[in-house]
Amino acid sequence: MAGSFPWLTLLTFSPIIGLIVLLFLPGTNRRALRWTAIVTTLVPLALSLWLFAVHDASDPDAFREKADWITIALNHEAVNIESSAYVFQYHLAIDGLSLPLVVLASLVAVMAALASVHIKKRWKAFYVWFLLLETGMLGVFLARDLILFFLFFELTLIALFFLIGIWGSLNREKAANTFLIYNGLGSALMLIAFVLLIATAGASLNATQQGGDLVYTGDYATIRSNLTAENSLTNLPGHYENPFALSDGMRWAIFILLLAAFGIKLPMLPFHTWMLRVHAEAPPSVVMIHSGVLLKMGGYGLIRFGVGLFPGLAEEAAFVLALLGAAGVLYGAALAFVQTEFRLVLAYSSVSHMGIVLLGIASLNEIGLQGAVYQLVSHGLISALLFLIVGSLHERTGTTELDELGGLARPMPFMSGMLLAAGVASLGLPGLSGFVGEFLSFLGLFETMKWVTAIAAIGVILAAVYILRSVLKITFGPQQERYAALKDARLIEAVPMIALMAFIVLLGIYPSVLTDAMQGSFDDIIAQLNARMGG
Amino acid sequence: MLMTATQALTGPDVAYLVPEILLVGAAIVLTVLDLLLPNTVRRGWISWLTLASLAGAAAAVIGQFAMFNPFDGDAEVVSLLSDSYRIDGFALVMKLVILTASMLILLMGIRTIERDDAIPDKGETFTMMLPAVTGALVLCSTADLITMFVGLELLGISTYVMIGFRKKSSLASEAAFKYIVIGAVSSAIILFGMSYLYGVTGSTNLGWIAWALEQAAADYQALVYVALFFIVAGFAVKIAAVPFHAWAPDVYQGAATPVTAFLAVVSKAAAFIALVRVIFNTAVIQTPFILGPGVSPVGEDVLLALKVLAAAAMIVGTTAALRQKNVKRLLALSGVANAGYLLVPLAIGIGSTSTNNLGDFAFYLVAYLFMTIGAFAVMAVVGRAAGHDELKGYAGLYYRAPWTAAGMVVLLVSLAGLPVTGGFFGKLFILLSAVQMKDYWLAAIMVVTSVISYYFYFSIIRQMFMRTAETEAKLSVPAPTGIVAWICVVATLALGFLPNAFMDMFEQAVTLSRDIWIAVPK
Repeated sequence: MAGSFPWLTLLTFSPIIGLIVLLFLPGTNRRALRWTAIVTTLVPLALSLWLFAVHDASDPDAFREKADWITIALNHEAVNIESSAYVFQYHLAIDGLSLPLVVLASLVAVMAALASVHIKKRWKAFYVWFLLLETGMLGVFLARDLILFFLFFELTLIALFFLIGIWGSLNREKAANTFLIYNGLGSALMLIAFVLLIATAGASLNATQQGGDLVYTGDYATIRSNLTAENSLTNLPGHYENPFALSDGMRWAIFILLLAAFGIKLPMLPFHTWMLRVHAEAPPSVVMIHSGVLLKMGGYGLIRFGVGLFPGLAEEAAFVLALLGAAGVLYGAALAFVQTEFRLVLAYSSVSHMGIVLLGIASLNEIGLQGAVYQLVSHGLISALLFLIVGSLHERTGTTELDELGGLARPMPFMSGMLLAAGVASLGLPGLSGFVGEFLSFLGLFETMKWVTAIAAIGVILAAVYILRSVLKITFGPQQERYAALKDARLIEAVPMIALMAFIVLLGIYPSVLTDAMQGSFDDIIAQLNARMGG
Repeated sequence: MLMTATQALTGPDVAYLVPEILLVGAAIVLTVLDLLLPNTVRRGWISWLTLASLAGAAAAVIGQFAMFNPFDGDAEVVSLLSDSYRIDGFALVMKLVILTASMLILLMGIRTIERDDAIPDKGETFTMMLPAVTGALVLCSTADLITMFVGLELLGISTYVMIGFRKKSSLASEAAFKYIVIGAVSSAIILFGMSYLYGVTGSTNLGWIAWALEQAAADYQALVYVALFFIVAGFAVKIAAVPFHAWAPDVYQGAATPVTAFLAVVSKAAAFIALVRVIFNTAVIQTPFILGPGVSPVGEDVLLALKVLAAAAMIVGTTAALRQKNVKRLLALSGVANAGYLLVPLAIGIGSTSTNNLGDFAFYLVAYLFMTIGAFAVMAVVGRAAGHDELKGYAGLYYRAPWTAAGMVVLLVSLAGLPVTGGFFGKLFILLSAVQMKDYWLAAIMVVTSVISYYFYFSIIRQMFMRTAETEAKLSVPAPTGIVAWICVVATLALGFLPNAFMDMFEQAVTLSRDIWIAVPK
């Protein structure tokens, strides 16, 4: 039914089309610029929802788009082979792991585009970078070639640097720099891991009469099968020195590199400092995307590349992962409790919630992995909503310091209600999406590591404390005179709030929308783990 | 002692020297014209004639592709005067690279030099480029130590003069003086090493040297070490690799921007090309059954020295650039770091499945050429408008010249090694080869220094986009300079989106066994 039409390419690059239209609009026509951007972001949303509806896990190739992008014949004088080449593919595909995140990304992008009414200057450039960022993040979730993945990943890095550095608040340049260097380091570790993989597991030899064609590829599926298959070049037994062999030490090195690279993005506990600054400085609509989608690339990468390529090593490291996750949950919760700035409360709350993702991953069973992805999507929606509200509040009150806020429920009943609802969703109230993600993750981990689960679960209680402390402080309490005349949300602000809340409720009361789509996505990983245990 | 068979230059052979002869002839004619014409005649046309003669040389090189078709695997390399001069695939491709760079630099310099009040004799600055380029072409084509030295000196002395032409600037005089002294010392070091190499092998021909070196290394190991290490050290000065780089920031800062670009690209590239010939005939040689680089242990140690040089250049170049507020000095240090990246393919040697060193080298060289010349072109415009080359001159460039600022972003992103640009794929290919040769530490240093370099490349971007300018006046970009900048931007992006176009051409045109390893009649 998909035919040969490149739907995924259209999905990924439709923001670029909008971007080109934007370039021809006059920079002063704020309204036209804004609506062009909003309409542009609707295209990927519509496409991704349609894909979500028609995606059939039993037919993974229905929407696969694959073409050799760069084929480079190499010098092969020293080898007894006919040819040697690098093949980097343009390869997009969807599966149960990436599809929910694609929907999340395109949804949050629409909401963030709507929320960008707060942007006060240089609208044209803002939307240009914004749309580039959207293409980057959609591409990250769809790419199935290591180099292509890396390209999209770096695109988000460059775009976000500009978005933070130009439109952020007071310390924006410093925040942009911290972000660039910290994430650049993460990408660097990832690049080393990828290059190691391409040079070893990426190699395959197609026999010909003159000795064979040696091909190095960045194709995810090839690398994955070469890492496990017994007769691949990488695993070839032999007494001579095999240039493609990966020793156990090298496998661990690559795994740890990937762990650190995506751990920085997630962020995993010791690597979280950079994201605090981004949360505090970036403009609200950019934080929506950052917290809502970009952090999720870390979790996605951990599952896709860390666990997906090295399930055996992930199993051996599971306990450490779980401890890191639990530490993140507790540390984030504890620090969120003492923050006096609402954005930082939310930032630490993100650290805490991403710890739960790590717990789900560490369980390495179907329930836990589903929980991890569920938590990614759910936290994406909730934090996007929270930062949307924060942006609107900040525009009106000029501050996000908890001490200076209070009693906003009276002048702004709608927004305060939304804030409260988003808050309870974040602390994991049953019936809202946050609960399902946390519950599945904990349930999965409980099967393997009961004590860690028990300790980490304390964080959930703490979440209730810090969320309610800050949300109630803002909405109730003595009303301050200067806030009495503030207006409630405008329509353009209310619409994304309602839409995000609707999705949060939907996922909360009807989890199978998402779990059904993920069904079977982790079969490969689980099967490999079972095979290890059996063997 | 070996005797090199002498070979005289015949009439038809001269046809292979057309590009060089053309440039030398043009240099003489234009210099004499410049001398004889009265001062009242404007000198603008000399620059265009210089450009035309460079274009003519490029056309002649392209013509040589037809005479010696490097894409034909069975084509015989043309060897003149016992390999003093070779027309092979590597030489032809590299000559095109050198000539392209020279033409771009000249085009960018036309307006810049005309408007530079510190240069009284505009015409000479252009004509002086011709002998310099001739020297660079000689370095592309030679496989003989003596001819190589002549090429180096021709290039070196012409560039000393080019820097010094900025007579009314004390910084330029200082730069010229420093460059003369450093250049002369490095030439002396190279010559000293060459003399030892001749002493132990009995030949100045690289083919014979490669053949005789194994025995020589067994007999006079210490002398072979001295010979090769001195040559490497001398070249390290020319390419500005650490710890022989200290001259670069001062010299780059003093010279007129187009001349700086010439030093950063053409001089550096030419020295690298000669170094490739030397390294791939001494440290890495063709052995009957190739299992690894030859001439152990001397060759191994030379490669190790190159690796250390590369690592030091990458680390020192990037860390020193962090605190740099002058963009010209910053690009000088960036050039040091890039010399480190370019050294990696030379240093890692060849392995049983990895022999792509020259492709990696050439690709990154071409990417470096475009991104660096483009950056210098933008710098010439901005520096001229601001009256200085400090970082703050870029403040608010986005408001004053949005398209130039956007182009500069592409060039800087490429310099930082981020996708989708030539700089990214250049580094990626080098990285892949380094990993295939299991030089993990070198690969790690490459990647980490690239990340550190984000800081200073993006500091220029920060100025352009996030600061406000002192003046809101639109920046006027002279047409030739603007054209050069945009050629470079487009080429940088093209190398990023279609890296295979250049790489495939190069891999078909150049092979180690035909072009680099010189067959000697045994």
